Amino acid sequence: MSDARVATFPEGIPMSPVPTSPAGDAVDPVTVVLLLPEVLGTYGDAGNAAVLATRLRWRGIPARVLTVGWTDAVPADGDLYVLGGGEDAAQVLACDRLRDSIGLRRALDRGAPTLAVCAGLQVLGTSFTIADGTRVAGLGALDLETRPGGGPRRIGDVVADPLLEGLDGPLEGFENHGGLTELGPDAAPLARLREPARQGGAGNGPGGLEGAVSDRGHGNVVGTYLHGPVLARNPVLADLLLTRAVGELPPLVLPEGLPTATAERLRGRRRVCGDVRSGARRRAGA
Amino acid sequence: MTLRRPARLPVRARAAVVAARVVSGAARRAGRHGSVIGGRVATMVDRRVLARLAAERTVVLVTGTNGKTTTTSMIARVLGGAGHEVATNHLGANMPDGITTALLDALASSAGTAGSGSVAVMEVDESYLGEVAAATDPRVIVLLNFSRDQLDRVGEVRTVARRVGDAVAAHPTARVVAFADDVLCAGAGFSAAAPLWVSSPSRWNGDAGVCPRCDGPVEHAGVRWACSACGLARPDGDWTLVEEGGTATVRGPDGTATTLDLQLPGHVNRLNATFALAVGAELGVEPAVAAGRLRDLAQVGGRYRTVTRPGGTTRLLLAKNPAGWAQVLDLLDEGPARPVVVAVNSREADGRDVSWLWDVEFERLARHPLVAAGERAADLSVRLAYAGVGHRLADDAVAATRDTVGDVDLVGNYTAFHDATRALT
Repeated sequence: MSDARVATFPEGIPMSPVPTSPAGDAVDPVTVVLLLPEVLGTYGDAGNAAVLATRLRWRGIPARVLTVGWTDAVPADGDLYVLGGGEDAAQVLACDRLRDSIGLRRALDRGAPTLAVCAGLQVLGTSFTIADGTRVAGLGALDLETRPGGGPRRIGDVVADPLLEGLDGPLEGFENHGGLTELGPDAAPLARLREPARQGGAGNGPGGLEGAVSDRGHGNVVGTYLHGPVLARNPVLADLLLTRAVGELPPLVLPEGLPTATAERLRGRRRVCGDVRSGARRRAGA
Repeated sequence: MTLRRPARLPVRARAAVVAARVVSGAARRAGRHGSVIGGRVATMVDRRVLARLAAERTVVLVTGTNGKTTTTSMIARVLGGAGHEVATNHLGANMPDGITTALLDALASSAGTAGSGSVAVMEVDESYLGEVAAATDPRVIVLLNFSRDQLDRVGEVRTVARRVGDAVAAHPTARVVAFADDVLCAGAGFSAAAPLWVSSPSRWNGDAGVCPRCDGPVEHAGVRWACSACGLARPDGDWTLVEEGGTATVRGPDGTATTLDLQLPGHVNRLNATFALAVGAELGVEPAVAAGRLRDLAQVGGRYRTVTRPGGTTRLLLAKNPAGWAQVLDLLDEGPARPVVVAVNSREADGRDVSWLWDVEFERLARHPLVAAGERAADLSVRLAYAGVGHRLADDAVAATRDTVGDVDLVGNYTAFHDATRALT
C-alpha cells in the first residue's frame, strides 16, 4: 500500500472486537481514505470520513480512516474516498497533486464510492476557473465545469430535495462558495434546492440544482456544495455511500447513554431544520 | 459631567470629541456599553479624528485570530507600570470606531497628562489593521496567529493574512513582533524588514498547508515548517517560550531568561505573556519587570474569571474556533478532570456555520463529565456522539453549571461566552 498514516481520529470511539470469518481469520477493516485534509478540509470536512467509519463501527463492522497527507501515496484499494473543501490556492495545489495520482485514478475508474465536497467537487470535475481567470483541468470523474460566479459568494444554510434513488427526505447543509457549476450530460444532479430564492445558498447556480452524481460507470461519485459536514447532518447520505461500499448494512447499534434527540438524529429520523414538506421529490435526469 | 477642553486638537477634532462625549454619555446612561458609538460620531464630525487622537502617543497595535484581547491587556499592564498613561480598548471593540472611542475615553480620564510619554495599546480586528495603522502610525505591530474563523463572515484566512502583510509593508518604521510557528503569521511578518520572532511549539496547524508566499505545499516536521517549492521556512525565535518540568521560561534575544509566574492558566497565556515581554523590551521595560507586572492579572474581560456559586465555582473560558479550542483543550489537559459545560451559538457575531466543531478534537474531553448547551447544542451533541464522548444536553449553560457540584469550566463561543458572563455578573 503506502506510507500513509492510519488516523486515530476519532480517538474516543471504542473499537468493537475484530470480527472473524467462519474460518476464524480476522476481517480487514473497511478503509475510508481521507484525501489531503491539510489543504482540502476547510469546513470540518474530515468529519465526513469520521462519520463513515464510525457508522460502520456502530454496526459491528471494523473500519478505519486512512489519512493521505501531502507526501503520501493514495492507495488504489480503499473502500471509500472523501475530499473536502479548500480555499482557491489550496484547491489548485490539491488538484495538481491528485491529477498525477495513479492510486486515485484506479479507485475512481473502478467506481469506488467517493464523496467530494465544495472544492472537492470542483476538483473532480472536468475543469474549474479560479477568481484570477486561470482555468485548471480537473480529474474528470464528474462531468461538470465550474466558473467564477461573480457577485457575492453563496453563503448560508440550505434544504434540498434529493434526486438520487435511495435517498429519502430532504438534504441539508451549509454552503459557502463563489463558483457556479454546470453539469454535463454524464452527470446528474444530487438534489434540487427547496425554494432557492429564499435560501442563503444557490446550489450549483441558477436553476437551484445541487451537487452531482456520476452517471458513467457505477454512479458512485457524489459531489455536493453542502458542508456541515454533510454526512453528519445527513446520515441517510452517509448510509447510502456505505451501502455502495459494503452492501446491505446491519442495524445501527448506538452507544448507550446518548441524549434521545441526538440518537434520533443519528438514526436519520430527526432533522435540524423545520419547514420540511413532503412529496416534492423528483427523479434524477428529469 | 465635567468636560475637559481637549488641548492641542484642531477645532474640528475638538467638535468631534465633544459630540462623541455627548452621545456616549447618553448611551452609557441608557445602560449600553457605548464602546463604539462615541468613535462613530466623532469620525462623522472629523474624518481624521483617530489620527489626531493617536498623534502624540506611542502606539502598539495587536492583531491576529486568537488572543488579541488578552495579549493587549498584558501589554497595557507591562507598559502601564512604567508611569506611562496607557489608552487601551479593554472592552474589546477592535474596529476603527471602537479604537477611536477608547482614545476619546483616555482623553477624558487623563486630565491633561496625555503627552509624549503616553502610550496606546489597541487590539485591531484583522481586517482593519491597514486602516488603523494608516491613521495611527504604530511604533509596534504584534501579529499573534492566523487561522480559520467565521469563514462565512470574514472569508478566506489567507486573504486576511495577506492584507495584514500589506499593512506591515506599508509601515516600515513599525517594529513587527510576530509568531514564527504559525505559517500564515510568519508569512505576514516577513513583510517587515526586521521582525522580532516569538516562538513556542503550538498544536494547531490546520491552515498551514499552503505557502503564503508562493502557494506551494508547506511541509511540517515537528515544530519546523518549510515550503518545498520556494523554501520559505520557519524563522528562529528571538523570544522563545520554553516549558520544562512545570516551569515556563522566556528566553530573550540577548540571552536573558525570565521565569513566568502567571495566574492566567494554560500554554496559551504563557505564549501571550511572551509577546508582552517582547513588546515591553522593545519599549524599554526589562523582561523581569514586565513578568512581575503580569503576575497579578487574573482575568481579561471575563475570560478565565472564576465565579463562586453555591456548591462550587465556575470558570469562564472563551473558545470560538478550532485553534482557540486547541488552546483550551491544552489548558484543560493541565488540570483535573472537572466537569465542562460547552455552549455553542451561531449568531451573526459567531458565524452562522458550525462545521468548525468537526475541527475540534473533542475526543480529548472524554475524561470530563460533559454538558452540551447553547443554541447549537444539537449539532454539538452529534459531534460529541461521533467522538465517543459521553454527555448530556442542557437548555441553559449557566443553569447547567448550577446543577453541577464542585468546580466547573464553562467554555463558550463568542455570544455564548458573553451571555454567560452577563448572567454571572
